[in-house]
Amino acid sequence: MKAHLTRRYMFSASHRLHSDQMSEEENRATYGKCNNPYGHGHNYMIEVTVSGPVDDQTGMVCNLVDLDGFVHTHILERYDHQNLNLLAEFASEVPTTENLCIAIYEIMKRGFRKAHLEKVRIEETMMNSFEYWGER
Amino acid sequence: MVYLTRKAEFSASHFYHNPEFAPEENQRIFGKCNNPNGHGHNYTLEVTVKGAVDPKSGFVVDLKQLKDVMSREVLDALDHRFLNKEVPEFFTDVPPMIPTTENLSIVIWQRLAPKLKAAQLHRVRVYETPDLFVDFYGEA
Repeated sequence: MKAHLTRRYMFSASHRLHSDQMSEEENRATYGKCNNPYGHGHNYMIEVTVSGPVDDQTGMVCNLVDLDGFVHTHILERYDHQNLNLLAEFASEVPTTENLCIAIYEIMKRGFRKAHLEKVRIEETMMNSFEYWGER
Repeated sequence: MVYLTRKAEFSASHFYHNPEFAPEENQRIFGKCNNPNGHGHNYTLEVTVKGAVDPKSGFVVDLKQLKDVMSREVLDALDHRFLNKEVPEFFTDVPPMIPTTENLSIVIWQRLAPKLKAAQLHRVRVYETPDLFVDFYGEA
């Protein structure tokens, strides 16, 4: 039988929302205080949801050791205590949490083979969250 | 269609062990969850039902009835129990079903689905810890 398993992780990072395609005034009007020149930080809470048949022998959708190992190596070590604006994936994209959600989904989709990736959800603060389910 | 979710909490112990695996294999796959004397969690259960809103009562389901079914079918059987030894689903089969959160969500679904009258069961979500939960939608 098919079940969905969700695991939560946390990392802390800084960013500044600023688009080179807009004037200073437009940036200010669009991003408000998120456009402050030196950036600011968040504790990001990441939720990764995978699905698959529950294995008869182990009772598991996937072994948490595999999921935790992948996320630690490929997500947390990449983003924790970093300035997102300086990472390659945000060289030409604004590091909004929408784009961060897509970037993390793509890393999981490309590399994690032990279960089917359903979605990535990120809480930027307690008051806002973002989800990406891939193109659908 | 409106969806309604009711939460409940229960505490239980369990361990993971498949008698068809060698001891080393059990240890490799299940790690510290294989410790034979078990360990426990405070589980949070979320039961979501769906249905049309009854025009007379304004309810999707009578919450009292849902609460009673959850208490009788799930909480009375699981709360403050050692799942491997006290919940039949986890010891009668050979080899026994392992009381993972995945299987727990399936067992809870199977206990609730036939007992709910007015509303249809949509999802069973079981939190083993605040950072780990499983959803079961009754899919084969």
